[in-house]
Amino acid sequence: MEYFLQQLINGISLGAIYGLIAIGYTMVYGIIGMINFAHGEIYMIGAFVALITFLALGALGITWVPLALVVMLAASMLFTAVYGWTVERIAYRPLRNSPKLAPLISAIGISIFLQNYVQILQGARSKPLQPILPGNLTLMDGAVSVSYVRLATIIITVALMYGFTQLITRTSLGRAQRACEQDKKMAALLGVDVDRIISLTFVMGAALAAVAGMMVLLIYGVIDFYIGFLAGVKAFTAAVLGGIGSLPGAMLGGVVIGLIEAFWSGYMGSEWKDVATFTILVLVLIFRPTGLLGRPEIEKV
Amino acid sequence: MTALSVSSPRSIAWPAILKEAAITAFVALLLTVPLVGLRTVDRPTGLGLETRWAEVAAAVGLVFLGRLGLCLIRDGQPTVVLVLAAAATAAGFLIQMPTEALRVILIAGGAIIAIRAAIAIRTGRSKLSQAERDQRMDRIAAKVQHASRWLGPIAVVVALAFPMTPLADRQLLDIGILLLTYIMLGWGLNIVVGLAGLLDLGYVAFYAVGAYSYALLAHYFGLSFWVCLPLAGLLAAGSGVLLGFPVLRLRGDYFAIVTLGFGEIIRIILVNWYQFTGGPNGISGIPRPSFFGVADFVRSPPEGTLAFHEMFGLEFSPLHRIVFLYYLILVLALVVNVFTLRIRKLPLGRAWEALREDDIACASLGINRTNMKLAAFAIAAMFGGFAGSFFATRQGFISPESFTFIESAIILAIVVLGGMGSQIGVVVATLLVIGLPEAFRELADYRMLAFGMGMVLIMLWRPRGLLAHRDPTILLYGRNGKGAGGAAAGTAAAGGQGIAGGRAK
Repeated sequence: MEYFLQQLINGISLGAIYGLIAIGYTMVYGIIGMINFAHGEIYMIGAFVALITFLALGALGITWVPLALVVMLAASMLFTAVYGWTVERIAYRPLRNSPKLAPLISAIGISIFLQNYVQILQGARSKPLQPILPGNLTLMDGAVSVSYVRLATIIITVALMYGFTQLITRTSLGRAQRACEQDKKMAALLGVDVDRIISLTFVMGAALAAVAGMMVLLIYGVIDFYIGFLAGVKAFTAAVLGGIGSLPGAMLGGVVIGLIEAFWSGYMGSEWKDVATFTILVLVLIFRPTGLLGRPEIEKV
Repeated sequence: MTALSVSSPRSIAWPAILKEAAITAFVALLLTVPLVGLRTVDRPTGLGLETRWAEVAAAVGLVFLGRLGLCLIRDGQPTVVLVLAAAATAAGFLIQMPTEALRVILIAGGAIIAIRAAIAIRTGRSKLSQAERDQRMDRIAAKVQHASRWLGPIAVVVALAFPMTPLADRQLLDIGILLLTYIMLGWGLNIVVGLAGLLDLGYVAFYAVGAYSYALLAHYFGLSFWVCLPLAGLLAAGSGVLLGFPVLRLRGDYFAIVTLGFGEIIRIILVNWYQFTGGPNGISGIPRPSFFGVADFVRSPPEGTLAFHEMFGLEFSPLHRIVFLYYLILVLALVVNVFTLRIRKLPLGRAWEALREDDIACASLGINRTNMKLAAFAIAAMFGGFAGSFFATRQGFISPESFTFIESAIILAIVVLGGMGSQIGVVVATLLVIGLPEAFRELADYRMLAFGMGMVLIMLWRPRGLLAHRDPTILLYGRNGKGAGGAAAGTAAAGGQGIAGGRAK
């Protein structure tokens, strides 16, 4: 039972990370109907910016942990958002009206570029970091221990999700975004600057991915230039599982994937956990192609 | 800023241009400060930081000048920009920069802007609209397509004759084999992507199945390459059917991501099942191919058997095997090509092209979509399997490292960059994607960087691929009286106009 609870908490915190990345996929897919293949790399860049910010703060002598965490969060969200914006501007916007494969190939190109860019600049070796937030919260007389980092991950994710939902449902920006998702042409006719909204979608997705990157850095304490690929694929799986285009679906899908991975690693060993994830993806797509919360797509001729 | 002093006609809105360039430079600053300006370095005490502000400043400056140049081209001053950009490129070659990276950026950036300016000079005079320019490129593509009728045989003859020429040393032959392997994979994937219109992101899985089939069959049962080649093809086709069957109902992007998942599953199985596949260490000592099972390529063959050089009364040379491998892959690739060209005219091939154009219309005409797609999937998988077992026997060593997603992406890039469905496009794209990086080996680290950027640039320039061409192979009323079965090029120009017109609206 204690072991079960332990894995449950691990799974939820891991799932929160996947969910944060998945939101970027699902928003972009919802609005321009493409798989933003470079999103995993954006997350990787977020992790690197967080690491660099932490080291820079250390060099400046700022070691008070809460302040350091806030600055890391802000810096990685800001800088990574600029990367997200630039990628959209350079590689996707000119291809808005092209055949569907063109942006996908261009996204794969960007993904390869960013991976090698970080590898050349920051080195190929994995970057270890000493725990910033050590310590555990023990529950049930010490049988279950939750590290503060995982707790912080869950809390920050919930807070971000709340804010983000408010942004999408309550503000004019969110309204414009939902309008573009439904019908870009009509939204443009009604005075919505579609290009700007799409740019902002990429910016928001990148900022959330940056948070995920920082969380991974804090939890696992080691990153390298290659983490983006697998996390990206899994987050996309989460987005599809939840129903692509649906924001709560992305979060739910992320948590489900995280739980599957945690329990599989906990009970069956970690070797085959990726196979389990992909198998789930295939099964979901075969039996419920619209995902858990997705609306059925109407095929138009 | 040098551009300012050279010429400043009144027609150019300097404040606006400068503002635009400044904004771009600011974005570049934000991009470069964390990752370029601050480097993580390993220190004995843990991770440390190194600062490289000079590189940031230089990068921002270059971006500013580059944007300025592009704005000037837009405002009708391409000649000035061309001269300056060419000068910058030359300076990159001659002057020592603080780091290698900056030199590359300077040279590449200067060259790109110079090319852009040169294009602007050429096309700017004729006052063509973008659509007309696209149309012209489409027409060139159509001409190349047309030319492929006589260019193809010539290329085959050149490829056949190449090992006989004194040029053919070990290194060039190896590059030739590499290129031909990718051409074969590209042609194989073209069946799925170009003809049937299914986006397969996990083609490398079948390549892996083929390679491992041969390696394992040879390892456990001691079968020879010539027995294993068809077996590997069959096994790969079988795995194609197995993987394809559940997912072929899916459409578009979902299909793509599931094939990607399958590709990863196969790779993970290869890594984790180490009792059987050798795990991450792979399999080494894979037997080399013999001369059709008759003679081996060895200096001193075992008692009672004949070596290749003895059989033909030649001096022993290690090059014989390489040349043989070269011809082997050439023949295999040509088999794929001929198969594709032929099957396009059969009902199956026509059904594929029809499916690519309109899924629903096909279903309403009574075409069994699943079976047709499955056939495309299995056949492409089979060719992938052939290529895989060739790869295994050429390398003599395989490991899961060789079958990562990036390989799938490269093969897909070859197909899409070449122009989906175009056979000669695959060859051109392979020369670009595989050949160019091979030629610039000394750039080592920057190769993949340039590769990624190149993919993006080609897509931006020609979103339908270099030799885009999507005429149906068969037309109802023939083309220009040549008859229905004629080559595709006759109406390609007209088709190109249609495409360009469609884009212009």
